[in-house]
Amino acid sequence: MRRVQTRRHSAHPEGQRERPVEVPATILPTARSWWGRCQFRLTAKRAVGKMRRKGLATMAVQTVETDASATDSHSLPVDLGPATALSCRECGERFELGPIFACSSCFGPLEVAYDLPLGDAEALRKQIEAGPDNIWRYAPLLPVPADVASKPSLNPGFTKLVKADNLARELGVTGGLYVKDDSGNPTHSFKDRVVAIAVEAARAFGFTTLSCSSTGNLAGAVGAAAARAGFRSCVFIPHDLEQGKVVMASVYGGDLVGIEGNYDDVNRFCSELIGDPLGEGWGFVNVNLRPYYGEGSKTLAYEICEQLGWEIPDQLVIPIASGSQLTKIDKGLKELIALGLVEDKPYKIFGAQAEGCSPVSTAFKAGHDVVRPQKPNTIAKSLAIGNPADGPYVLDIARRTGGAVEDVDDEQVVESIKLLAETEGIFAETAGGVTVGVTRKLIEAGLLDPALTTVVLNTGDGLKTLEAVAPTTGQSAVIRPNLDSFREAGLA
Amino acid sequence: MSVNVRIPTILRTYTDGRAEVAAEGATLAEVIADLEKNHAGIAARVLDDQGRLRRFVNVYVNDDDVRFEQGLETATPDGAGVSIIPAVAGG
Repeated sequence: MRRVQTRRHSAHPEGQRERPVEVPATILPTARSWWGRCQFRLTAKRAVGKMRRKGLATMAVQTVETDASATDSHSLPVDLGPATALSCRECGERFELGPIFACSSCFGPLEVAYDLPLGDAEALRKQIEAGPDNIWRYAPLLPVPADVASKPSLNPGFTKLVKADNLARELGVTGGLYVKDDSGNPTHSFKDRVVAIAVEAARAFGFTTLSCSSTGNLAGAVGAAAARAGFRSCVFIPHDLEQGKVVMASVYGGDLVGIEGNYDDVNRFCSELIGDPLGEGWGFVNVNLRPYYGEGSKTLAYEICEQLGWEIPDQLVIPIASGSQLTKIDKGLKELIALGLVEDKPYKIFGAQAEGCSPVSTAFKAGHDVVRPQKPNTIAKSLAIGNPADGPYVLDIARRTGGAVEDVDDEQVVESIKLLAETEGIFAETAGGVTVGVTRKLIEAGLLDPALTTVVLNTGDGLKTLEAVAPTTGQSAVIRPNLDSFREAGLA
Repeated sequence: MSVNVRIPTILRTYTDGRAEVAAEGATLAEVIADLEKNHAGIAARVLDDQGRLRRFVNVYVNDDDVRFEQGLETATPDGAGVSIIPAVAGG
């Protein structure tokens, strides 16, 4: 791991703050000098030597070939399109693109920095609109090669943005209520977006095995993407997940390993495995590929705005597990503004958690800047991360935008799943019940303005969490096959 | 008390590439101080300027996250395994 350059935020010297500061990860094209490009090549060649010493032959060869083929000043050792470096969100230190995820100085999370196509917004808008009906239409804004759409992929995204008038009436929303329904993705959750980006990073770095720690949805998305793209997969989940998620995660033929513990235990295990020879050469989409993986969630922001006619909604309600999705949606919105693709206007971001795993909402309501981990106990297992990696950043974004973070109990989650199903015909998984339930609660508390345009995220399919609603659903009657029986049942 | 400390990849420059090292101490604070004695510079990567665990570092004594225990004062019994892990994974 080599540092590209050091850039500390003078207002927040390392270790002297409680709350995070947002250090811009993306630099303007003019800020990246020829010398900087030379430094990239130099550090990349050193990295190749290091990789060879570690025995990562495939990774080293791929990097050498890419570097040798560089013919112009924009070529990089690793072709991940407009991505130029990794930047520490805490201290701003920059690193070359590689399968790393934590800052070697302060352990802060790394995120992708770009040379974004600033300039002709109209031309970029037309290019996007002429692109495929999936996330690759936004390839110029993602860490993927320009020809990404020609590679084997599940091609997720461009899911429906449903105008939810019936639900709006039920909740008293008059300014327009929309549900971004990501259950329409290939494996029926938003995870297909993030995994698709991680697969491209895995290709670029020469990995042949894909892995992850998962609460269920991600395991299925990795299994499916690996099958399609020609990777081996071995994924790790808590042993007691919903049957629908276990089946979906195993049907694609990869290895599925249940860990005796909760998600945080699984996550810890994967973090240890990655530093052990047992895990060498593995691409863990949400560990060593996490900076790239997270960028996939930006496409939710891009799509929502494009589907609203290139406008930012006034309010968004987003579920929180690790908090990565919420932070990347905010990043995507800021990029659209910087690129001139949308009008620069205020927006509010609200976070939603289940009461049984609410470390971020607890911190928000207590006015804290740090998130104290919790032991999860909720039916919303896809959100059951007691030690959320991006929790502090969620707090920062909710406060910066004038939003809030709220939680609902399991009973409200089930009621909200049924409310969305009964009003809009959308069967959400428990995370969708959390966002709808929190939306109602925020309106009742006067925190979310019903007169403004609001987008609520449904990130997964209710068929994966049947156990949550099964006890309160079922047949209205069981009758004999004749009209008299039907009449007696009183259902006509 | 002698314990085994698992070192994450990004700190192995301080341990000559070793993934696991031995350290002495009855509490986590003492273990980190002993690590620093033998691997100069490592403590500043794990602790902030106020001597607290950095926000994005998780430390486990055996299977217990020390944030659920007594933090740096968590006891480290003889033979215990101590794991230092970046906290920015998952999700």
